Amino acid sequence: MALIEANDLNKEYEAGEIKVIALKGLNFEIEPASFVSFVGPSGSGKTTLLNLIGCLDKPTSGLLKVAGMDIARFNRKEGAIFRGKNLGFIFQDFNLIPVLSVYENIEYPLMMVQNVPAGERAQRVNVLLEAIGMSEQGQKFPDQISGGQKQRVAVARALVSNPRLVLADEPTANLDSQTAYRIIDLMKRMRDQFQTTFIFSTHDQKIVGEAEVIYTLEDGELQGREVGKGGIHG
Amino acid sequence: MGNLFKIAVRNLWRYKRRTLLTASLITLGVIFVLVFISVSGSFKNMMVGQITDSMLGHVQIHRQGYVASIDNLPLNLNIKGQGVRQLEALLKQQPEVAAYSPRLKFGGLFSTFVETTNIRLNGIYPEQEFKTVPLLPGRVSQGKRTLERGEIYLPELLHKGMGAKVGDTVVIVATNQDGSVNGKQFKVAGVLESATGPGGRDGYVHILDAMEILRLEELEVSEVAIRLKDFDQLHPFTSKMERLVKSMGGPKGPIRYEVHSWEKLSPFFNIVKMINLLTFFIKLMLIAIVLISIMNVMIMAVYERIREIGTMAAIGTLPGKILSMFVLEGFCLGVLGTVVGNLVGGIILYIVNLSRISFEFGQQSGLILSVQFNPRDLIVISLIVILVSVLASLQPAFKASRMEPIQALRHV
Repeated sequence: MALIEANDLNKEYEAGEIKVIALKGLNFEIEPASFVSFVGPSGSGKTTLLNLIGCLDKPTSGLLKVAGMDIARFNRKEGAIFRGKNLGFIFQDFNLIPVLSVYENIEYPLMMVQNVPAGERAQRVNVLLEAIGMSEQGQKFPDQISGGQKQRVAVARALVSNPRLVLADEPTANLDSQTAYRIIDLMKRMRDQFQTTFIFSTHDQKIVGEAEVIYTLEDGELQGREVGKGGIHG
Repeated sequence: MGNLFKIAVRNLWRYKRRTLLTASLITLGVIFVLVFISVSGSFKNMMVGQITDSMLGHVQIHRQGYVASIDNLPLNLNIKGQGVRQLEALLKQQPEVAAYSPRLKFGGLFSTFVETTNIRLNGIYPEQEFKTVPLLPGRVSQGKRTLERGEIYLPELLHKGMGAKVGDTVVIVATNQDGSVNGKQFKVAGVLESATGPGGRDGYVHILDAMEILRLEELEVSEVAIRLKDFDQLHPFTSKMERLVKSMGGPKGPIRYEVHSWEKLSPFFNIVKMINLLTFFIKLMLIAIVLISIMNVMIMAVYERIREIGTMAAIGTLPGKILSMFVLEGFCLGVLGTVVGNLVGGIILYIVNLSRISFEFGQQSGLILSVQFNPRDLIVISLIVILVSVLASLQPAFKASRMEPIQALRHV
């Protein structure tokens, strides 16, 4: 069963009197534990699609099911609960909470969203700190680490709650190419280790090929589906 | 909750200067209110103490209509023998009563054999009177602090105006209820300072001497002054006595009494009301300071952290937790201002007490301002500040919790 299912998915915005069609009749399915990228130029609808999959926005029409749930039916609270249980987010600007240490940033979803007991939290955070190679930096604060390290922390934070799906919107946009490859590699390893589905958007042609499945978007329409050099997982 | 506190405190510390400035403003407000309430409260208590403990007593009972015509000291409105006995029996049964003093008041002529003027006299049982108004002996500026039969305490006004000195013999002449005039010689035992200002013409004699001048065969009293064990019982006790005296009476039918707390008998109660009003407005000012400063800081905090709020919401933080996070920041700011304000305010009050500031009240001079740190004021002020801090944070916190994560994440 597909983890994500889109049928004739449409999204329109109204900017004043102008109607902007952001997504037009998208149809696709994404399997669990896959490593997928949506590519396309700026304004092609990548972020809009990721926002819809992430239950941060609602489609204008069509059906979008994530983990079997029709996301259009969620109210604010149900959306938050669903995201907390099933989704992880990686942002372009890292979006770490500046008053929390690296350790606490990773711990945040367990502590503030899932209310996991302290002992289990410590165990899960330490596993991820080890996995991202930042065991020694746990007590540092976001302003004391590099951009690449911040994004590694963001990856760990997205994974700590054992989500079924991690969404990464332009996760490498603010990183140099070497660090960008490392982050993509980390995401892949995490997928392998935790069997989590990763979907990321990018317009960086160098890392596009790292995905196993690549969807190309243009003017809100799905232009094609390719298999990347990562091949089809599983 | 502990983690929410941790995040709230760290967020406050993140903007140190702003947090410290706001907390300082709250601290200043708390100090000002605490010092004002303590000093004005102590002054008020001292003033009320002077009036009740040296003159009026806490509560007085009269026959109905007496207080309305008190300037004439009407003898026909005295409480007669059986009524006095009934009242005394009633008062002895009341656990709230520390002491009571029957007083027979009348007007008369005061003569030094050279000059004559009018005088208001209080016939008292000295021992009972001194227990009921314990500061009365302190008002004796010259002479002895005991009053025997045949002796009189003169008001300072007559002492100065008529040249009557301690040990002099003077004459009191008075007309009784039947119109019969009588006189009696007294020895001046002491001179009384006025409690409330110049112009006091009240002298004191033994009640048995007063009865002799007025040719009374049976005890009559104009009023019974009462001192309570606990001043805070003033209003409940007054209401209780009003109920109890209603059922009192004699063979000729019920006798109607009036029960008055000191507040109804002294114009100085208006000053007390003014102090209370000032205190109320000062508290309002404190509320305004806390409300505006905390609201301002929290609105800024929410505005500056819109993307952070978006991130927290996207990750799945429930709106209630985001709201709690911001409310706790306001709460912590309020607690910080309150704790520091209370500490500094306490130190200032301690210094004021060490400074032994003196003031004058009425004719009394050299009264030392003894400021008392009332724990109830401390608790009330602290609760007001903390409650207002939380209320002031609610609107910005609610706004933060209602933000759409997608819009918050787009915020630049």
